[in-house]
Amino acid sequence: MVADFGYGVIVIAFVVALYSVGAAIYGERTKSANWVESARRAMLLLWPLISLSALSLIYLLVTNHFEVSFVYEVTSREMPTYLKVTAWWGGQAGSLVFWSWLMAAFASLVTLRKWDRDREFLPWVIVVTSITTAFFLSLVVFYENPFAEFWQGPDGKLITDAGGNAIKSIFAPMLNATLATPTDGNGLNPLLRHPGMIIHPPMLYLGFVSFVIPFAFAIAALITGRTDDRWIRITRRWTLIAWLFLSCGLVLGSRWAYDVLGWGGFWGWDPVEIAALMPWLTGTAFLHSVMIQEKRGLLKQWNMLLIILTYSLVIFGTFLTRTGVLSSVHAFAQSAIGPAFFAFIGVTFVVSVALLIYRWPDLRGETEMKSMLSREALFLLNNLLFISILVVCFWGVVFPLVSQLFTGQTVTVGPPFYQAATAPLFAVLMLLMGVAPLSAWGHSSLKTLGRAIWKSAVAALIITVILFFTYTNNPIALVGFFLVALVLLVTLQEFGRATFARVRAQNENIFVAFWRLVGRDRRRYGGYVIHISMMLMAVGILGINLFQVQTQGTVSTNNSLSLSGYTVKYDSVAQFPGPDGQQVTRAIVSVYQGKNYLGDLYPRIDYYPTEQQNMTIPGQRSTLKDDLYIILVDWQPAAANGATFKIFVNPLVNWLWIGAIIFLFGIIIAAWPDREVERIPAQMRSIHQADKQTDSRQASAAD
Amino acid sequence: MGRTKFIVGGVLILAAVVYLIFSATKANAKYFMTVDELKAKSTSMAGQDVRVSGAVVGDTIQYDANTLMLTFDVAQVPGDQKEVDAEGGLAAVLHAAVIDPNRARLQIIYNGPKPDLLKNEAQAIMTGHLDSSGVFHADELLLKCPTKYQEAVPNQVGG
Repeated sequence: MVADFGYGVIVIAFVVALYSVGAAIYGERTKSANWVESARRAMLLLWPLISLSALSLIYLLVTNHFEVSFVYEVTSREMPTYLKVTAWWGGQAGSLVFWSWLMAAFASLVTLRKWDRDREFLPWVIVVTSITTAFFLSLVVFYENPFAEFWQGPDGKLITDAGGNAIKSIFAPMLNATLATPTDGNGLNPLLRHPGMIIHPPMLYLGFVSFVIPFAFAIAALITGRTDDRWIRITRRWTLIAWLFLSCGLVLGSRWAYDVLGWGGFWGWDPVEIAALMPWLTGTAFLHSVMIQEKRGLLKQWNMLLIILTYSLVIFGTFLTRTGVLSSVHAFAQSAIGPAFFAFIGVTFVVSVALLIYRWPDLRGETEMKSMLSREALFLLNNLLFISILVVCFWGVVFPLVSQLFTGQTVTVGPPFYQAATAPLFAVLMLLMGVAPLSAWGHSSLKTLGRAIWKSAVAALIITVILFFTYTNNPIALVGFFLVALVLLVTLQEFGRATFARVRAQNENIFVAFWRLVGRDRRRYGGYVIHISMMLMAVGILGINLFQVQTQGTVSTNNSLSLSGYTVKYDSVAQFPGPDGQQVTRAIVSVYQGKNYLGDLYPRIDYYPTEQQNMTIPGQRSTLKDDLYIILVDWQPAAANGATFKIFVNPLVNWLWIGAIIFLFGIIIAAWPDREVERIPAQMRSIHQADKQTDSRQASAAD
Repeated sequence: MGRTKFIVGGVLILAAVVYLIFSATKANAKYFMTVDELKAKSTSMAGQDVRVSGAVVGDTIQYDANTLMLTFDVAQVPGDQKEVDAEGGLAAVLHAAVIDPNRARLQIIYNGPKPDLLKNEAQAIMTGHLDSSGVFHADELLLKCPTKYQEAVPNQVGG
């Protein structure tokens, strides 16, 4: 009953979404405000409808309705309730509902804004968001129905198709069929029962979905011909929020891999990871290049192309992360919805690009770029680098298919390929982060740049030389550390210089000056905080990639393994049942540095009998210098010859997580709502002017 | 004049990126083969780094925790997605491969902790080389069990 209701509501939502598209187009064509308003109301109805359907699904999940195949696939009786709720996005069919639900929520939020000045955008924003929602709903309605049920014939046997697979359907497949209810479900893979992995998909999805909003406005701008930067100004915060969530999702995924997968790393250049990284790359490029359009009226065509690309990659990313693809590079489209996804991506991409070509002449730049070292030129270079990294990623993902097509032999590339190809690009990006904040809009010369940067460069060089004598002689690490030091120094110097300029000009104390400085141009200084955080993350990435050491061995009680200054003594092992029905095997080891006792660690193996799956949870000791990461590999009670451990020392990796937190903080600064410009008192505005005079380089950057 | 400068710069960047991609591809590309394909080319592929995929035969898994020496057999599964679909999906294909005694099998040796996902009828993708006696020495081991869940768990990487 509940399943029928949930499915029925989804079907209604699908029809409403289609109506909203039709009404919006008709209203726009006939200039009928009533029809557009009707479309808007239909769009506003989507979220409550999908919420109802989602509630039905959650009810089924929580109450163990295993006759519903989705519930059977992703939950089991022993799972705690909160995991049953989050199982909503634990499988493909449910996560499509989840995607549509988020999309409808964001589309509703955007249609509720004040439209006075931008009324001509409204119908087209409704069209784009509704088409996107309708597409995902159509997948639920026609292909991946989370409400489909198992059936049995009068003989009590499960009804199957010719291949012996159970038929899953919302309607009885034959007369006299009744629902078949398995006694227990499959359960969620224990590897996914980690807080990072529970929040990770919603974060990614929120990021994906919020990128649809700037895309919708871009398409509206293209169709209406209102090709000034209004669409960018309206959606600036949406873009930042999308970026925030996507970044959060990527960080949580990495942290999950580090904590749970037990191979001592956080990023494996897996196609699924790359799928989430690709829209992040174009999104980051977009965030930078829209600034050039706002300040200089350049790169309009490029911005359109970037947001179109981001949208396509968002849909592509949803497809890759949710269809169980790519464990084998052969299996690109295992699921039935693969062709539907590719068709949708293809059609939307072609239509968007056609619109872009149609408006191409209107999107010419208002000025020309003149100086190669001007800030806009450096931003353009930054964009080209992000796109190059994107091309590397895309090439790596499709190379097996391409080689198959042309040579008949599948050839793949692994993590070393991505590392080798992206490392130089990331290095140049870092250099740009150091140089670009010092360059001026319009025109910069080597001389002015050199004058601004030489102190930081010399200081960074001194730091690098010190590191060479005290820490490492690895040339890649030294280049990396030099760039990190350079960017940090340049960025801090920028903060310092502008703060002291304010202290002198306004007679403010240094903290007030700093606070007001950041508050007055949050986008700029939030951006700088993000740059600093990127450098901290770079330290962590360099550390774990270049300096990771490992050892493994079997030791008996009270014996120890040593690695890189640490001594790990094996004390004991205990076995006991865990809270989720798993069998826990937990070792206690004591860690020493030289003779110093540092504490105990508890690496363990959880065995989940229902899923017949082990989960290896490392014991970790994190410091700013390095992480000690101990995996309990094996312990045999019968053999009694001890336990086997694998130990990693991951230098500097903690800076990655510290950087990630500062990074999120930086985005929040940049995205924090500004007060209405009109309300700024006259006095404030005069300070604004004074700032401009004290800092000519900054003046043109003020929004 | 201003334009030429930018065009030359752009072309130089493009050339650098293309060079980067091709050199990295050349240095790191590996053949991806099925068990049958690898066996057919065992002489020409001996000693060369390749990737091979197959279905894990559960009975053959042997693990010495003292030396971290892991050995198991994988059975031939078709590489072509159309063939996989025709046989009823990946889970069915893996099951059929393991229960069929006439399928080609390949012995794998891997040194390292036993991955949590290594079990009967899992799909294994190994990177390594074939030795002269026909045993495959894996440096890297990726696993996936499609029967248990649809979730795209990022592959576990060993070694």
